[in-house]
Amino acid sequence: MTELRPRIAVITFPGSNDDVDARLALEQLGAEVVPVWHATTELAADLGGIVLPGGFSYGDYLRCGAIARVAPVMGAVRAFAADGGPVLGICNGFQILCEAGLLPGVLRANRQLEFLCADVTVVVESDGTPFTAALTPGEELVIPIKHGEGNWVTDPALHAELVERGQVVLRYAEDVNGSLDRVAGVANEEGNVLGLMPHPEHAVDPLLGPTGGVPLLQGLVAAAHERLAGAGVA
Amino acid sequence: MLDLGEGLAVAFKVESHNHPSAVEPFQGAATGVGGILRDIAAMGARPVALLDGLRFGEPDDHFSRAVDGVGHYGNCVGVPNVGGEIVFDEDYASNCLVNAMCVGLLPAERVVRAKATAAGALVVLYGATTGRDGIGGASVLASAELGDDDADKRPSVQVGDPFTGKRLIEVSVELVERGLVRSLQDCGAAGLASSLSEMAADYGIDVRLDRVPQREEGMEPWEVMISESQERMVAIVEPERLGEVEAVIDRWELHRAVIGEVTATGILRATWNGEEVGAIPARLLTGECPRYAVAREPRTPPSETTTTTPPARQALRELLASPALRSRAFVTRRYDQLVQSRTVRRPGLDAAVLRLRPEWRGIAVTLDGQSRLGVLDPRLAGQLAILEAARNVACAGGEPIGFTDCLNFGNPEKPEVGWELAEAIEGMALACEALGVPVVSGNVSLYNDTDGRSIPPTPVVGCVGLVPDVRRVPRGWREGDAILLARSRSPLTFAGSEAQARWGSLGGSPSLDLASEGALVRYASRVAQHASLVHDAAEGGLAVALAEAALWSAAGAELDLEDDALTLFGEVGGQVIVALPSGDVEPDPTGADVEVRRIGTVGGDALLGIPLAELACAYEGEA
Repeated sequence: MTELRPRIAVITFPGSNDDVDARLALEQLGAEVVPVWHATTELAADLGGIVLPGGFSYGDYLRCGAIARVAPVMGAVRAFAADGGPVLGICNGFQILCEAGLLPGVLRANRQLEFLCADVTVVVESDGTPFTAALTPGEELVIPIKHGEGNWVTDPALHAELVERGQVVLRYAEDVNGSLDRVAGVANEEGNVLGLMPHPEHAVDPLLGPTGGVPLLQGLVAAAHERLAGAGVA
Repeated sequence: MLDLGEGLAVAFKVESHNHPSAVEPFQGAATGVGGILRDIAAMGARPVALLDGLRFGEPDDHFSRAVDGVGHYGNCVGVPNVGGEIVFDEDYASNCLVNAMCVGLLPAERVVRAKATAAGALVVLYGATTGRDGIGGASVLASAELGDDDADKRPSVQVGDPFTGKRLIEVSVELVERGLVRSLQDCGAAGLASSLSEMAADYGIDVRLDRVPQREEGMEPWEVMISESQERMVAIVEPERLGEVEAVIDRWELHRAVIGEVTATGILRATWNGEEVGAIPARLLTGECPRYAVAREPRTPPSETTTTTPPARQALRELLASPALRSRAFVTRRYDQLVQSRTVRRPGLDAAVLRLRPEWRGIAVTLDGQSRLGVLDPRLAGQLAILEAARNVACAGGEPIGFTDCLNFGNPEKPEVGWELAEAIEGMALACEALGVPVVSGNVSLYNDTDGRSIPPTPVVGCVGLVPDVRRVPRGWREGDAILLARSRSPLTFAGSEAQARWGSLGGSPSLDLASEGALVRYASRVAQHASLVHDAAEGGLAVALAEAALWSAAGAELDLEDDALTLFGEVGGQVIVALPSGDVEPDPTGADVEVRRIGTVGGDALLGIPLAELACAYEGEA
């Protein structure tokens, strides 16, 4: 029996940096990665998931993610998300998803007004997304962050609703960047789109540091697998 | 560029951007990083690591702006910053040093030379447009002393755009990877004038300056020729390859233009709307440029006076908490250390280690300099700069394979500076010979003078070492490990040390036994293959090194050391701390060149009678 490798797209915008890292991590966890250029307007039909990687798309000019949200590829990303496909936005990918309105809130400059690269502990707050389905709320994961603008905020009423609906998926164990309610990652209402500032793709190899990213990316690979199996593609 | 075996090669170089950073620290430092990245990309190598050497008067706003600049560029282009050095010294208060090093990897067979290779080939300029920014960057800034009118020089500072820089790297690596270009050259100092003359030296180039994409109107031909607008690269392309080259550049949405062609005249000739505006035999600008003999006048250093240190514990606490020696985490956390997924050992101790994935081999990289010692003896400073860089790499499990150097000196027209320069170079050469390791690239920064006062002679050295297996890189000492001290035959001294700077006055004549120092480097590299930790004792001496090792490993130690200030805080003579499981200690591993003795055992949560928590508090300070 041949191993089934779900196909996951990693989108490269000009200025994406962690696209290669995302590919390496997903391949390590059993996925087949399809590199997708920002100018693409159609995605392959047999895609099980999408990753918007970290970096500085379009130089982060204007505002982080503000130009990428109107990139040609984003139409196909929206359609895939609307169809229930799993979409993971990491760091700059999270910023893009917020700018695109696929996720709630915005990301401002860190409280320290400095870029910050460090291993941090995040707490799983919800198992209601495919990415965290195999985790238990309260579980702690150590994953590095590296960003200058990861200070998530939204208005208090929406924030309360998000908490109520389990859309706050990950929290920092301690305040690291001024993020409202220590939010490290949020999902859409359906749970199939997740954005987070920590870099799970940089936490999969014990040789390079902590491995808290493994369960989150495994969740994506499993969801991609399921989607393809459901569609009868695999 | 050095062969790493297994079909892989490494390219690395360090460069200065001192004067621009003195005038405008953010853009000065940022464009320093951008420039060295393009240098490495022009060799056809993919940049995999950045390191930076920063020397400032104090950790003030000017310094912080430079750190911002380094991070701004490096973080944005996706190349991890994995180390370097940060020195605070009054001597650099008005003439800071910003040295940036880049390491790149490439297949061994892909060696691109920055030379035009056949008449008829096309000269293609791509990247950003050309403007009036940075005109005279090399001449107004780099080759003149600083003074009261520095603010007027701001227009001469180049402005960096890392987003374009990132795309420029991607285009350049792809062009070389696919074999579409004959050669590449970065447009750095002196702009097209410099890059074209280097490429034209063997053949000749006709350049049509009016064809250069310009970002402002009414530029004069000479301005186009020497503009230092950033993020530009020149490629030599065979006419039949032009279409493919243009397609790659267009995909990344960069400006491009065919601005000239290679000739067989040996002349670099510039035209403007068909009219000749300049012509010179290219060799006169490169190999046959005028050479100057520099007058040299030795000076005698002040003799050593007594250094009286406080009691050991107090001295250690003070040293660890001093701006000179305290933890650099408050700076390195502002840099992306992880992108590209190679960083096996992050910055903080001796050298960082990057995996040559998918192989298990790796490279250890460091950047380290000398200055205070250079005031006493520039030759010795040159030697120690090389030795320390080599020791750092060896401690991380690497075998040093090559050096790159940045010589930061004062105005060489002063005979004393001329002498310093010659002495430092000679010292570096001697140390390289003792190690059997070459210097493969480098850069010189002169005229580091403000209001007539020169900086101390500051040779800064980068080193790359080959790590046989990254899974064995020492990670930290463990409970119960034996702690050994390996020492060269060179004497310990306070001359030029942190202790002397703090509690005495600068003076003395230290010395080095190069044969013994070479043996110590080889021992460190060998023992690191099975040790839990190897750490070089540098600034602050043995006590500071032990504290750094304990904090890095989060474990204290029981030590059996004489309570003697020179033993604890003396410097210059090479010393390396080694931690090994007790059963692995060999009786006499090295013979006469290196003395190895056991000085203690890992355990407990204190060091030299000070609780680790207290040491951490001194070392890390407030967050």
